[in-house]
Amino acid sequence: MAEIKLEDIIKPENLVFQKTKLFTDKPLSYCPGCGHGVVHRLILEAIEELGIESETIGVAPVGCSVLAYEFMNIDIAQAPHGRAPALATGIKRVYPEKFVFTYQGDGDLAAIGTAETIHACNRGENISIFFINNGIYGMTGGQMAPTTLPGMASSTSPYGRDVASMGHPLKMTELVANLPGTRFVARHAVHTPALVRKAKKAILKAFENQKENKGLSFIEIVSNCNSGWKMTPVKSNQWLTENMLEYYKLGTLKDE
Amino acid sequence: MGELRLMKGNEAIAEGFIRAGVDAYYGYPITPQSEVMEYLMAEKPEERTGMVVLQAESELAAINMVYGAACTGKKIVTSSSSPGISLMQESFSYIAGSEVPAVVLNVVRGGPGLGDIQPAQSDYFQSTKGGGHGDYRQIVLAPSSVQEMYDFVNLAFDLAFKYRIMVLILSDGAIGQMMEKVMLDEQKPRLTNQEIKDRFDSWALTGRTPGREHNIITSLDLDQENLERHNFHLQKKYKEIEENEVILEEVSLEDAEYVFMAYGTSARICHKALQIARKEGIKVGLLRPITLWPFPEKKVKELASKVKGFLSVEMSAGQMIEDIRLAVEGKTKVAHFGRYGGVIHSPEEVVAALKSKIIGG
Amino acid sequence: MAKVRGAIVVDVERCKGCELCIGSCPTDVLRMAVDVNGKGYHYAYMENPEACTGCVNCATVCPDTVITVYRIKVVD
Ligand SMILES: Cc1ncc(C[n+]2csc(CCOP(=O)(O)OP(=O)(O)O)c2C)c(N)n1
Ligand code: SF4
Ligand code: SF4
Ligand code: SF4
Repeated sequence: MAEIKLEDIIKPENLVFQKTKLFTDKPLSYCPGCGHGVVHRLILEAIEELGIESETIGVAPVGCSVLAYEFMNIDIAQAPHGRAPALATGIKRVYPEKFVFTYQGDGDLAAIGTAETIHACNRGENISIFFINNGIYGMTGGQMAPTTLPGMASSTSPYGRDVASMGHPLKMTELVANLPGTRFVARHAVHTPALVRKAKKAILKAFENQKENKGLSFIEIVSNCNSGWKMTPVKSNQWLTENMLEYYKLGTLKDE
Repeated sequence: MGELRLMKGNEAIAEGFIRAGVDAYYGYPITPQSEVMEYLMAEKPEERTGMVVLQAESELAAINMVYGAACTGKKIVTSSSSPGISLMQESFSYIAGSEVPAVVLNVVRGGPGLGDIQPAQSDYFQSTKGGGHGDYRQIVLAPSSVQEMYDFVNLAFDLAFKYRIMVLILSDGAIGQMMEKVMLDEQKPRLTNQEIKDRFDSWALTGRTPGREHNIITSLDLDQENLERHNFHLQKKYKEIEENEVILEEVSLEDAEYVFMAYGTSARICHKALQIARKEGIKVGLLRPITLWPFPEKKVKELASKVKGFLSVEMSAGQMIEDIRLAVEGKTKVAHFGRYGGVIHSPEEVVAALKSKIIGG
Repeated sequence: MAKVRGAIVVDVERCKGCELCIGSCPTDVLRMAVDVNGKGYHYAYMENPEACTGCVNCATVCPDTVITVYRIKVVD
């Protein structure tokens, strides 16, 4: 066998994976290893594959991903903390033929924005909600989130979340799956190649559901927050598998 | 062709929303303005014009639906009354910071807190000074008749789109609930999506048109120098509005020695009080600001050096009086009169106050 | 027998050194460079390029999408 040089492989015709063109040129502002970057990519890849970049309007939250609009090369609004589903409702109702999605963290979606989330789901708005659950408030420096696990330490639960006084972690995905307005509800993760591929399929489906007027798709992504958890990215993904996924079970909760 | 109808203020403005070609109304019930959404729902505007009407789960949701939809270049409106408007303030600030056009109606009731459901004018500070955070302004229009409730819809949207700013129509429970004749004009067509793209594609979220950069609507800029520059830009815009958009009504000011200054329901009462006073030989006029912001500062200044005093007549403990005092700069007497907490003063009380606080005071 | 050979290109300046790609590689191709990039991060590189099959695993988990993957079929 003749020796194959790298230059022979690295040629445009042999390309099998490259960054989607729907990323802007700006480097992501996220910490090393942060799952936000993967989820951004999957959403943009789905939009690109469906060819709907000129028909899509996104809504970014308040949280680490507040700057999602800097990185996603689509028309996009930045919502007040927790209100993304209300903005998305407002947009979708006046542009029913556009693809409208929200991108929200767990503080945004499951604490301050609980009412907007539940009611958008309950009305069955024909939108996609992408919910990044990292069990903590990343942007503000690692405070307890509604999703923080029992016993899990954060800067506002330094001795661990005491469920007796601080309440229980909120399983928003189970909650909205119970509402008649939701159509497709699933929980995914993005820390292994296989899981990323599955999550991508769900995200694609969420957009396709909009096209077919099927109603609300709600996709939770259990993700990491290396900075907030104070672990290396590799460690935090391990911790995620061992702890987060025990409480937040992956899978499709509803697909009608 | 116009059409004359007897309507409540709240109904007239709702009809105005439909006829102005508004794309969506998002709201939440609260007295004394619930008729706005009730009227809209009964009228089936989705059949008349394709206008969307949606009852939200709260005023927070309603104003954020407005914010989202307004980002797309559509004509969007909400209405509420005092406590609901308080709840919306964070988003007013976002709307100002990100410069999207929107129209909001406040049918003011007595406060503070849950207060009562009677007419009041105690939200002047909140409306004109900004109840939300940051250095921002919104245009405030004060109708004083059912006809103006209707007419100000088009005015509000013209201004909102001209400056990409929020316009607040500041009414009160009396004007919202009273019935008067109103002349309705013809239905304006809603803009098509293509017309919206043609007009607003430079900023609106219409879906990234091939060949253009993506549009972003945000009020965030983490670089303080940039944010200061953005604030300079906003202040420049506000200055321009102050110079060009003041609207006021003058009544019998030519020979006036005294001035009632009042808006909305109080202005109606002052009309009456003026007649009573004039009969008694008191030369009083009325200055009615129609834009509360921008405030008719120049007019007040001009009058200040001619007249013997201003009586600020407000259904509040005295809020607009602060702007009058600033403009008058001590050149003449300024006093406040008004009943509040939902109580409306009588014309006689106003005349008595003029005598005791200004003429004899 | 048809085999595949792959290769990756890391956008060195955008790599944040998170090391997530390393563990995702089924054929143990990747290592972190001793050197750092302009931002001070160690970056990923192919230590064993001949073992790369172009399976795209590394690019799939990379949060910053800094990996581009190429693949060819090789006939023995
Ligand atoms: C009204 C309001 N309250 C509080 C904040 C402060 N704040 C900013 S981000 C954030 C939490 C975000 O956490 P999460 O949604 O979990 O997203 P993450 O940063 O973890 O991705 C908070 C409380 C704010 N910006 N606005
Ligand atoms: S703080 Fe946490 S959520 Fe935010 S970018 Fe860093 S790792 Fe990601
Ligand atoms: S493409 Fe596959 S085999 Fe090649 S380096 Fe990446 S993970 Fe390893
Ligand atoms: S996963 Fe990406 S960012 Fe992280 S070390 Fe590998 S190449 Fe660098």
